[in-house]
Amino acid sequence: MPGEQVPLLVLAMFFALAAGLVGAIALMKRMLLAGDVISHLALPGLGLAFLLKVNPLMGGAATLFLGSFLIWQLQKKTGLAIEAAIGVIFAAALAIGAAVIPNEDLAESLFGELPKISAVGFFLGMAAVLFVIFSVFLLKDQLSLSIFSPDLAAATSVNVSRLDFYFLLLFSLTVLVGLRFMGALLASALIIVPAATSRQLTTKLSHFFVLAAGASLISVTTGFLLNVYLFKFSTAGPTIAILSALLFCLSLIVKPR
Amino acid sequence: MTTPLLSVKNLGVILEGRTIIRDLSFEVHEADCVAIIGPNGAGKTVLLKALLGIVPHQGEIRWSHGAQLGYVPQKIAADRHLPLSARDLLAAKAGFLKLPSAEIEQVSTELGLTNELLSTSIGTLSGGQFQKVLIAFALMGRPNVLLFDEPTASLDELTEEGIYELLQSLQKERGLTVLLVSHDLSVVYRNANMVLCLSKGKPCMGPPKEILTPALLQELYAGPSQFYQHIHKHEQLSHDSQERD
Repeated sequence: MPGEQVPLLVLAMFFALAAGLVGAIALMKRMLLAGDVISHLALPGLGLAFLLKVNPLMGGAATLFLGSFLIWQLQKKTGLAIEAAIGVIFAAALAIGAAVIPNEDLAESLFGELPKISAVGFFLGMAAVLFVIFSVFLLKDQLSLSIFSPDLAAATSVNVSRLDFYFLLLFSLTVLVGLRFMGALLASALIIVPAATSRQLTTKLSHFFVLAAGASLISVTTGFLLNVYLFKFSTAGPTIAILSALLFCLSLIVKPR
Repeated sequence: MTTPLLSVKNLGVILEGRTIIRDLSFEVHEADCVAIIGPNGAGKTVLLKALLGIVPHQGEIRWSHGAQLGYVPQKIAADRHLPLSARDLLAAKAGFLKLPSAEIEQVSTELGLTNELLSTSIGTLSGGQFQKVLIAFALMGRPNVLLFDEPTASLDELTEEGIYELLQSLQKERGLTVLLVSHDLSVVYRNANMVLCLSKGKPCMGPPKEILTPALLQELYAGPSQFYQHIHKHEQLSHDSQERD
């Protein structure tokens, strides 16, 4: 493997773990498809960054976090269901993104590219995914309680509204790292599919988390290596997404009765 | 006169511009079992939530120092597809509140929750089993006050009996103070030493025999017939339990 690909693979593997865990919680919160939509919140930022010739990821991060904050506020202030709040912000983000992204950069925005990674980029990416993994580990009890019953969680002293916002931020952070090599269209694939695969295989919470992270890790590592040695596409995203879909099909066959 | 465990003064709750509770004042003393009754929409569930501090309110709610609350909500529509077992749920509370994990085994034994039941996915438990898990959840952390919101709604009579027997024995063994929302007056007569009545008129509180007058029941439930049905049911149940003894 070319030497410059090694840090990218390491980052991708840790991203896989974070995406699997975040996806597991999103599945329990019934907001998996919302994740697909959230990744598109980066589009206006990517477009503006291309126009202003700044780092696209910075632009993507700015609108991703702004969008997450707006979704949270909209849900909190209006009592809208989370998917409705996400839907409203998504429609606006997609429209602005389509208007401002130059045509020649559209494919890269949607499907990612396989960039060389700088040392700073590597450490920032690693810091972000480790933060996500650590946070999920710390918050998993509160998240489980609030998913089961927000009232019961609140009666147990969980700050449910703040927790919802933390989770949206973790979700956005994961998508942001995924944008680097998966693109806006596929970044959410690794959040959605491994969690759905894991759900086929277990009903026990701890196994569910482990299997989701595991399915995601296998998809990313295998997909990345297949792309480097076999397919040599400009991005590993599609290979990774297809592999995770294949794992899901496999889970349907081996699903315990 | 002992200091009350709970003192509520001029409580008001307004949700989405609608006044749910207006100017409510009452006190609860240690080891009381207070039944909260009233017609649908009188604010019984909202009152419990205000006492738990999970809905915004005006006025004063003062729990005495050392009051530890446990809450059994009205039936939760648990998502059948959640990968969450009864044990996972109890473990989540233990994890969040940093309780010793031995407490899970302790409350499970106390409530007769078997290992098999604890490993069962929460969405596939029967109504009675689910309710027991919620009670076990409420009892973790050793609360001295239990807030029960219609704990047996949608359960069959036998299971309902079991839940109330359990409640009585818990109250006796642990010296719990209980606030119980119920529509079933036979349950109120058998379990409560005080009744808090939330009606559209002036709320009132007192021992069941003083409070549950035919006139009040007529106002609450729009007719005395239900009162007599409840009394009849109560007598029938007492008769059945005497026969069993």
